[in-house]
Amino acid sequence: MTPEEEHLIRRRQKSRAIVVALLLAAFVVLIFFITIAKIRQGMAH
Amino acid sequence: MTSATPILPPADWRDFVALTKPRVMTLVVFTGLCGMLAAPVAVDPVLGFTAILCIALGAGAAGALNQWYEADLDAVMKRTAQRPLPAGRMERQSALHFGVGLGAFSVILMGLAVNLAAAAILLVSILFYVLIYTVWLKRRTPQNIVIGGAAGAFPPLIGWAAATGQVALLPLLLFALVFLWTPPHFWALALFVKTDYANAGVPMLPVVAGEAVTRRQIGLYTVPMAAVAIAPWPLGLTGAIYGVVALAMTVVFGVLAALVTRGATRAGKTMAFEKQLFAFSILYLFVIFGALVADRWFA
Repeated sequence: MTPEEEHLIRRRQKSRAIVVALLLAAFVVLIFFITIAKIRQGMAH
Repeated sequence: MTSATPILPPADWRDFVALTKPRVMTLVVFTGLCGMLAAPVAVDPVLGFTAILCIALGAGAAGALNQWYEADLDAVMKRTAQRPLPAGRMERQSALHFGVGLGAFSVILMGLAVNLAAAAILLVSILFYVLIYTVWLKRRTPQNIVIGGAAGAFPPLIGWAAATGQVALLPLLLFALVFLWTPPHFWALALFVKTDYANAGVPMLPVVAGEAVTRRQIGLYTVPMAAVAIAPWPLGLTGAIYGVVALAMTVVFGVLAALVTRGATRAGKTMAFEKQLFAFSILYLFVIFGALVADRWFA
């Protein structure tokens, strides 16, 4: 494996890790708001 | 000694986005959103957002699985040759895992956060697109687009079910509208990209039955499509805003479809009316669904 190829692989891995981290954070926020919405819905009933 | 199969570097995250066919997703999200906003029930904004997110992710999963299965076809078509799999930027198995994972995630989230009816229809729509359309029909019959059109017709039904927890006549008519709209829309495209499909060996109607039959079929499908588009108004399911817009847009669609059916030509331009019909058909669906929401909210 050439240094260029290794550099490309590291760069891809890093950018994918960042995207996955952001998506997971967004998922946590979404679940939080879904929970609040469900509680609100339950109280309305 | 090991085999010399080249190992690809990990795919770029943008290629995973490309797998989901974001442009197709726009129409899916829009019709799903309109189906939800047209329902006679107020939806919690967070749950509504979640439902639309699930519809988008489900459509993305279906798109990814479609590209996973059709990588060989995509490679020989100019329009699709630069997709991540045929261009060699991604391992096939990555696309499969991504598609299955995304599909399962979207259905489970819809079931847990929204309701089971919407989750069930979402699951059926993904399976329909992947198994019935992509795997079974696309390479076997020139009617592939007709049956496959049903997969794209599910979003308004899912949106409505997400809001109400059930299915009613209006969303079923919306389903029928998208279902009947798909053949004229897609066959208009197939008329001017015929060579691409012929090279790939896909039995599209213009390839298998010829231009004349395709033009006639475009005309034949436009008639019930027009009836279904206008029907909600006389049936009392919508008001005049929707009725007038649907009528006007359907008249233009009908005129263009008639010109294509007759094989009319414009001096100096090849396939001018076919290209116009294809472009207008996209606008048609956006405007009709927009009018439906406007009718529900402002009438």
